[in-house]
Amino acid sequence: MSGGVVLTVSLLYLGLLFAIAQVVDLQAAKGRPLTRNPYIYTLSIAAYCTSWTFYGSVGLAATRGLDFLPIYLGPTLVFILWSVIWIKIVRICKVHRITSIADFIASRYGKQARLGGLVTVIAVVGTTPYISLQLKSIATSFRILVSSSEQALLHAPSEPIFFIDTTLVVALALALFAILFGTRHIDASEHHEGLVAAIAFESVVKLVTFLAVGFFVTFGLFNGFGDLFSTAADKGLNNLFTVSKDHDYSLWMTMTVLSMAAIICLPRQFYMTAVENPDESFLRKATWLFPLYLLVINIFVLPIALAGRLSFDGISADADMFMLTVPLFHDQAILALVAFVGGLSAATSMVIVASIALSTMVCNDLIMPLLLRWRWLNISKNDDLTGLLLTIRRVSILLILILGYIYYLIASESYSLVTIGLVSFAAAAQFAPSIIGGIFWKGASYRGAVTGLALGFLVWLYTLLLPSFAQSGWLPLSFIEEGPYGLEFLKPYALFGMEGFDRLTHALFWSMFANIGAYWMVSLLSHQTAIERIQGTLFVDVFGHTDDERDSRYWRGSATVADLQQLVGRFVGVQRVALAFSDFAAERDINLRKSQSADAALLDFAEKMLAGAIGSATARVMVGSVVKGEIVGLDEVYRILDETSQVIEYSHRLEQKSAELERATAQLRNANERLKELDSLKDHFLSMVSHELRTPLTSLRAFGEILIDNPEVSPEERERFLNVIIKESSRLTRLIDQLLDLARMEAGQMDWSLDTVDMDGTLKEAMATLAGLIKESEVDVAIVIPNDLPKVRADRDQLIQVIINLVSNAIKFCDKAKGHIDVAVTSGDDVLEVSVADNGKGIPVNMLEKIFEKFHQSIDRDEDKPQGSGLGLAICREIVTFLGGKIWVTNRKDGGAVFTFTVPRADRLDVRISAE
Amino acid sequence: MSHTVLVVEDEPNIVLSLQFILRKAGFTVRVAGDGDQALRAIDDYVPDLVILDIMLPKQDGFAVCEAIRGNPACRDIRIIMLSAKSREADKERAMALGADEFVTKPFSTRALDKMVKEIVAPRKTVLQTKQT
Repeated sequence: MSGGVVLTVSLLYLGLLFAIAQVVDLQAAKGRPLTRNPYIYTLSIAAYCTSWTFYGSVGLAATRGLDFLPIYLGPTLVFILWSVIWIKIVRICKVHRITSIADFIASRYGKQARLGGLVTVIAVVGTTPYISLQLKSIATSFRILVSSSEQALLHAPSEPIFFIDTTLVVALALALFAILFGTRHIDASEHHEGLVAAIAFESVVKLVTFLAVGFFVTFGLFNGFGDLFSTAADKGLNNLFTVSKDHDYSLWMTMTVLSMAAIICLPRQFYMTAVENPDESFLRKATWLFPLYLLVINIFVLPIALAGRLSFDGISADADMFMLTVPLFHDQAILALVAFVGGLSAATSMVIVASIALSTMVCNDLIMPLLLRWRWLNISKNDDLTGLLLTIRRVSILLILILGYIYYLIASESYSLVTIGLVSFAAAAQFAPSIIGGIFWKGASYRGAVTGLALGFLVWLYTLLLPSFAQSGWLPLSFIEEGPYGLEFLKPYALFGMEGFDRLTHALFWSMFANIGAYWMVSLLSHQTAIERIQGTLFVDVFGHTDDERDSRYWRGSATVADLQQLVGRFVGVQRVALAFSDFAAERDINLRKSQSADAALLDFAEKMLAGAIGSATARVMVGSVVKGEIVGLDEVYRILDETSQVIEYSHRLEQKSAELERATAQLRNANERLKELDSLKDHFLSMVSHELRTPLTSLRAFGEILIDNPEVSPEERERFLNVIIKESSRLTRLIDQLLDLARMEAGQMDWSLDTVDMDGTLKEAMATLAGLIKESEVDVAIVIPNDLPKVRADRDQLIQVIINLVSNAIKFCDKAKGHIDVAVTSGDDVLEVSVADNGKGIPVNMLEKIFEKFHQSIDRDEDKPQGSGLGLAICREIVTFLGGKIWVTNRKDGGAVFTFTVPRADRLDVRISAE
Repeated sequence: MSHTVLVVEDEPNIVLSLQFILRKAGFTVRVAGDGDQALRAIDDYVPDLVILDIMLPKQDGFAVCEAIRGNPACRDIRIIMLSAKSREADKERAMALGADEFVTKPFSTRALDKMVKEIVAPRKTVLQTKQT
């Protein structure tokens, strides 16, 4: 195929990408962001799948079978099982306007520029092999496609085509493209809608092209999966797609863990997933959509690998390029071109995102702090620095790609794509302790993070990067085989004599051991500075802090609004800042005057805005330069922090308390109602007692005085008056007795003598007591008592009292002319039932309950006043209830009331108690 | 011409004592056992004085007092209210409703005798004083 065609297609493709980005950016500027949906977001995260996936997975599968899988297993696990970590990181990035992974770590550990710089260095060095991998794949695929000789299918020609190194051209072209793409805006924390759309589009392209080759291989060359796999099995390739016992799976574990760390810590993944995230809720969809993408793009890896092995049977061919060489071998040039475009899309998406993310870090976290330190930037000057920032970023992108190219020259030729990629993964994994520890552990300190990162990075350099140089001949091979200066225990692939693991597991173990160990130990041993504590709290408790602006409280000094506006304007652009400040003022409904001193909220706003452009560490230094006065002292910060957490704690408790309070209030209200009720009952009771006592007393006194004042009254009259005195005295006595009884019963101070009582005898004794009254009132009384009546458990005297009260009531209320009373006892299952029926007028229906209340008889009556205290029935109810029975009254159809009460049977009571 | 006193009381023994005292003082005594009876008795014959218990069946003393004061024909009736409840609130209510005196049970028969005589007799005395 002619180089011109391939080149044209490539340029057209890149042009299309650029057009997409432009259109989307224009739409976004008009307020119609096309990329604001979870699907575009997920596709943009799929920048994870680079030419490593596109070419390298097939290459790995062709030689080592299923080993290509763990790289996708790790991200799947993180997204499905631990999406909360992303939700937390995304929230932190939004709140603090984080621009990159370096910014994130630096910001967490006290906005220290040094830490951001270290992270940037690690990220650049670590990403360089990865970028070189992309360059290598593009260059190789290009060469294979244009030189269609038989030989080229097996080994890509490495000599320059077009008289210059293809790889260098690719590097420069990609650099130009990334510069055009990624450095159009200053604010790195702003969303790059066009970039995201282009990357998402690339994810679609690489997926579709990969599937196209897969379909061709599976259904074009073979009759489906079954045919393909059985043919491969016949050729003895079944070890590639089956799991065998003697396979070493420690590498599986390592690669899974590594890719779990990588999906979070790779600078470009962090950038796409967290910094470019437009909406937290999109993560929810991405948790299953992204793993699904990984699954789909891996379906045809094995078929293509097997087809490659079968096509080039017996010939050693570069398995990494099967995606191209298999279609070419079968004379499918167009399909090969399509696959090339897919590979191009996979590689460019990675390079663009990675270089943009890295250039932001290099600019904000490496160059700017250095420039500040060298006082090259005179703060008091009023230059517009936006141009400088852009220039730094553009140059960074170019340098990063040139670095990638250099690594390619030095090391890439002797390694497969996957091996190079894993080296990068291991470097990125060094960020994991600082990030994960930083968002879950408030105690993690700046020193811990720096020490851990530095040691981990050094071990990585020593155990992975340097040996790769040695193997490429840039260092003596003895460095690997005998250790530096012949020191055996320092052999980079067998550090401290640890042998038997693959190189990756070995390197990961030692680097993580050093990293996590130092991070943990030093954090425990070192003190946090004020700002570290603040940031630690803000990061770990991000869900509790989001809505407040307390984090700006560490600025104690003051700066004028004009100072701030000018400072931020230098980096962000004067007009944008003026607009942002007036928005800020409008939102808060305040008026900002130039000379007015900025409050904490405005300082915070300015710092965050600045952080969006130049990173949090630099922003802090810059704001610090205009704020006159110190950052608050440690003591004060502790106080503020304690206050803050106390306030949070307190408000939490307050919520609980107020809920409790509401409940208590309701209870109190009920209790109060009840009290009022009781109070009025008590009032009523006292007034009734007073009345009932005073009434007989009135007669006593009146007749006493009458008898003294009127010695002349007739003997008959005297006797009549004296009889009144005696009768009223006994009425008074009875009343007092009953009152005391009732009071004792209600207070639970009654002396009950419970015993097994014979109802027959008791009833007869009660009736005997009443005999005089019955005879006097000429009432006819009928008593029905069955034989063999079971005994009851009761207080005999009180039982007699109940019967006397009920029968004497009946006598009082029964028909005056022909009084008749029926007293009957019946035996129930558990109780004896005693009823006393009269033939009087009965009881008004609304009184059936009230009649048992104290002094009921004295009120609401419309009958002639009966004799009695009004306490008899109340006492009956107390006694019966105490004995465990019930008392009630009904009206008979033919008139008259029936009072009935129950008493527990002694035999059943025992059964009940033992049953319980 | 003797004055007439209506005793409205449901306790027979208290009625008995009041009857004795009032008759001895020279009054004509009529008795009513509840509020309804009392009002019927007043319709029948307007007494000079009503001794009115508060706790009564059917209509209580307050209601009776109000009815008497609401009737222009009974303008001149004097009312002594009797109460076995010693609550201040009851006394205030009674006075507000137009009772002339409020007596708490148990009462002194001598004091009541004096009060009844004073409350019924002075009408003429006052008129005489005014004429002079």
